[in-house]
Amino acid sequence: MPSPKLRVATTSLAGCFGCHMSLLDIDERLSSLVELVEFDASPLTDLKTPVACDVGLIEGGLCNAENVRTLLLFRRECKVLVAVGACAITGGLPAQRNALDVRDCLESVYLTGVGLEGGTIPRDRELPLLLEKVHPIHDVVNVDYSLPGCPPSADAFWAFFEDIAAGRAPRLGHGLIRYD
Amino acid sequence: MTEDLATIVARHRHDPRRLVEILHDVTEAYGFVPKDIITELASMLAVPRGHVEGVVGFYAFFSDEPRGAYRVLFSDGTTDRMGGSIALLERMRASFGLQGEETSRDGRLSVGTTSCTGLCDQGPALLVNGHAIGGLDSARLGDVMALIRAEAPLAAWPRELFAVRSNIRRRDLLLATAITPGDAVSAAARRGRDDTLAEVARSGLRGRGGAGFSTGAKWGACAEAPHEPRYVVCNADEGEPGTFKDRDLLADHLDLVLEGMTVAAFAVAARHGFLYVRAEYRFLFAHIANALAARRAAGLLGPNACGIRGFSFDIELRRGAGAYVCGEESALLESLEGRRGIPRNRPPFPVTHGYDQRPTVVNNVETFMAAALVARDGASVLRDLGTRTSSGTKILSVAGDVERPGVYELPFGVTVQRVLDEAGASRVQAVQVSGPAGTLLSARELDRTIAFDDVPSAGAFTVFDDRRDLLAIIEHHSRFFAHESCGFCTPCRVGTTLVARTMGRIASGHAARRDLVDVARVARVMAKTSHCGLGLMAGNPVLQGIEKFRPVFDARLRPDDALPTFDLDASLDKSRDVTGRDDSEAHFTEEVRP
Amino acid sequence: MTTDRRTFTLDGHDIPFDEGQSVLDAALAAGLFIPFLCHKPGYEAHGSCRVCMVRVGGRWQASCTTPAAAGLEVESTVEDLVAMRREIVQFLFTEGNHFCPSCEASGNCTLQAVGYELGVTTPHYPPFSPTRPLDASHPEMLLDLNRCILCELCVRASANVDKKSVFALSGRGPTKHLVVSAESGRLADTSFSADDAAAHVCPVGVFLPRGQGFRTPLGARKFDVEPLRVAALRRAGGT
Ligand SMILES: Cc1cc2nc3c(=O)[nH]c(=O)nc-3n(C[C@H](O)[C@H](O)[C@H](O)COP(=O)(O)O)c2cc1C
Ligand code: SF4
Ligand code: SF4
Ligand code: SF4
Ligand code: FES
Ligand code: FES
Repeated sequence: MPSPKLRVATTSLAGCFGCHMSLLDIDERLSSLVELVEFDASPLTDLKTPVACDVGLIEGGLCNAENVRTLLLFRRECKVLVAVGACAITGGLPAQRNALDVRDCLESVYLTGVGLEGGTIPRDRELPLLLEKVHPIHDVVNVDYSLPGCPPSADAFWAFFEDIAAGRAPRLGHGLIRYD
Repeated sequence: MTEDLATIVARHRHDPRRLVEILHDVTEAYGFVPKDIITELASMLAVPRGHVEGVVGFYAFFSDEPRGAYRVLFSDGTTDRMGGSIALLERMRASFGLQGEETSRDGRLSVGTTSCTGLCDQGPALLVNGHAIGGLDSARLGDVMALIRAEAPLAAWPRELFAVRSNIRRRDLLLATAITPGDAVSAAARRGRDDTLAEVARSGLRGRGGAGFSTGAKWGACAEAPHEPRYVVCNADEGEPGTFKDRDLLADHLDLVLEGMTVAAFAVAARHGFLYVRAEYRFLFAHIANALAARRAAGLLGPNACGIRGFSFDIELRRGAGAYVCGEESALLESLEGRRGIPRNRPPFPVTHGYDQRPTVVNNVETFMAAALVARDGASVLRDLGTRTSSGTKILSVAGDVERPGVYELPFGVTVQRVLDEAGASRVQAVQVSGPAGTLLSARELDRTIAFDDVPSAGAFTVFDDRRDLLAIIEHHSRFFAHESCGFCTPCRVGTTLVARTMGRIASGHAARRDLVDVARVARVMAKTSHCGLGLMAGNPVLQGIEKFRPVFDARLRPDDALPTFDLDASLDKSRDVTGRDDSEAHFTEEVRP
Repeated sequence: MTTDRRTFTLDGHDIPFDEGQSVLDAALAAGLFIPFLCHKPGYEAHGSCRVCMVRVGGRWQASCTTPAAAGLEVESTVEDLVAMRREIVQFLFTEGNHFCPSCEASGNCTLQAVGYELGVTTPHYPPFSPTRPLDASHPEMLLDLNRCILCELCVRASANVDKKSVFALSGRGPTKHLVVSAESGRLADTSFSADDAAAHVCPVGVFLPRGQGFRTPLGARKFDVEPLRVAALRRAGGT
């Protein structure tokens, strides 16, 4: 009897989907992967809300209120939460705005930039508000594992899944840890 | 009116080793150390400009930014806080319209805080342009504010405001024995160098400054080290929060201290001594200078000191400049040499490579006093008191929740409870012995003893009753280390700030189990891997707190695994403000706790 | 295997040493790797990064500042020691602003390579996100202090090798920072040149030669080609 498949949810917060692309890069191993795991909420399945998952993979850091809400939801629904990629782990490229004042950012993008005469800053309820700083996800929730890289290599993803499916604590061997 | 730079530098003989002294004088003349003065000073001393800038930036009492004509620094010691210093500080800021920013717009006043100033028994305290004012209450602060408002020159402020009284409450061997200046040195001379060293070793005298190293062994190693000249340094940096005994020892028993330094100089054949006193004790400087002059006039210092042919020894007063780490002996030597107070790599040790890379004895104020008595009366004066591993007496600075704060001399081996009884304490929750770097005792441990092999103490003895918020105290102690870390090594430079911030969240009830695990781990990293005693001890408040007061921590932790490390809702403030939104999506409320 | 050279042991291996050599240098010369950051062979040991911590006779010490001595028993590759080193590297990532994907030094950076060596996958702690300046005044080189780990190698190189003392440290504790020795604080107002030793010792990505960024393709950079351990041992062995 095959053991039940791991339920895996994934999401991209303030990220570029590069990590998701890299996950798909595991190519022919993808077929072995679906033997091991079943995807719940994920851009890959187009389902939005994770429910009672074993593993949550988070790409991207926290840039706005919606990112935070999604992250809290994933933390609640996933037994094991994984920070995937430089952005989730450090804030990444989006965090380079941290040297600037968020007020100045918004004003220069919507009001004072060239050609924006008469512009306004949107105040739509549907638009998530920006956090003052971009944060790595471990600033808000407990993170069980991190898969570094920008993006992490397909081999790193694969090693991670192999470990976790075998019930081992994931450990990236040499050559699989990369920060860029 | 402003003394010109050339005069200052000339007075210090263009000696870059005197840079800390020079910067004190520059600060006195200009109110701060202007950037162009740094450049000029560097060229006059023939050192790189970056060196001078780095020294200015290291010491809390120097700044290259203009500061108010009145610079008020509230002492931020543990007992200052217990006495309400924060409320007083806030009141002063509010009264002058300062919102946390340091200097008022008109440049008249700057208000800030500084680490414990050593008036723990007569606090809360503050410094105005470096001059201490203790016993602050609402009325006294009102007087200070009125004087500032009236722009009265400091010289015209009532002298009474600046009165610091000695506060010795119990005398034993060191504080009760009278000595005629020169007697101990003469006795040492009669005994001879080798026998004096042997006598000090036999007395079992161990350093009173913290580490408890054998004074006889230290002097012996220095005496044997080649390379003249040798130096003797008295460590009166006394920066550990809660300690103030050296203050009173220098005020009331200075002759015995100087006598001990001279005995050491004779024993190791040193020609020059330094008395390094923290700048916070400015009120002692004139007294010390006078005492040194008197000893010179009496022939106790100088050529053929104490009438000993061929023994030339003099002592120079040197000031610290607001850096606790300079109490660490090798950082102190760096400071004496005009550098940033970064502890040195050891080996080599100061006894062979100290001041100017020459053999140097560094001892605490109290150690020198005890050594002087040993020289005069023999090893038994100490041996007959205290315990087998800890001979003699210990002078404690007792403060906090006690009826009679002050300086107490008691034989080693005395129980903590006995000290509490002497000073009058009830409802004791905890006692911090030897300051934040020392030992935090719970009420279950009051039968323990003050001794090197039980609870060692460099002098502080601070009592907290059961009404005190212990977590706030631990947070405060952690912040002290973060502020005082020299920044040389990674674990202390980063770890102290991590611990302080995490303790802040724990104490304010914004932390979860993860934070406790993290803070303990960081504290252990510091305790194992730091370069000097500051970092090695900086985790003590947290580690001992968790060990002994775990329920207090647990009661303050939220039940979650982890909480955000920053205020999520506040993080939307600016965005809310520019967009003018206030809808439910524009706030975080309960959902931060899944 | 008997030699007349004196030895100490490192994780049970006999390590010969020369008088005056540190435990770290002797270990590297003998082909055993201990990670290090603030040390550079040929420079006086510094002892500030604490990445090279070992236990000597049970006492925790920095191997770069511990003189080798006959009979020492040194532990290095022990899990609790490695865990401490990992923590220290995490501290350094937490303290500065390190965004490797957009850093020119990536692939050539020793901090990064030490992180790989030790298996560091995250800074773990809440980032300090300090505000640190970029000095673009100099015609040959940019200084991006966001990545400075305060190892003082450039300070030492400029003072002792270049005899220029262009760099110094100011502040203390968490406010400690690198300063340029000029009243303006600008690199252009010093005698610094891109040929200085100081321009080439930085273990991270602070010194950025103008117009040369990202020249080396991925896969061909220093630590792409050989991991830190291999590179350090090769250099120490002189091969
Ligand atoms: C951070 C730190 C601060 C210290 N502060 C003092 C001090 O204020 N006074 C002192 O005598 N020793 C202080 N010490 C201990 C000194 O390094 C040194 O051990 C002592 O001055 C030696 O004198 P002793 O043998 O008479 O105790 C401090 C040590 C550390 C690590
Ligand atoms: S432990 Fe702290 S005070 Fe000591 S050297 Fe390291 S950073 Fe400086
Ligand atoms: S200096 Fe090194 S660790 Fe820092 S961002 Fe650049 S590559 Fe990464
Ligand atoms: S700039 Fe580089 S070499 Fe200089 S202190 Fe910083 S990290 Fe070290
Ligand atoms: S989104 Fe994957 S590394 Fe940035
Ligand atoms: S290499 Fe030894 S402390 Fe940095």
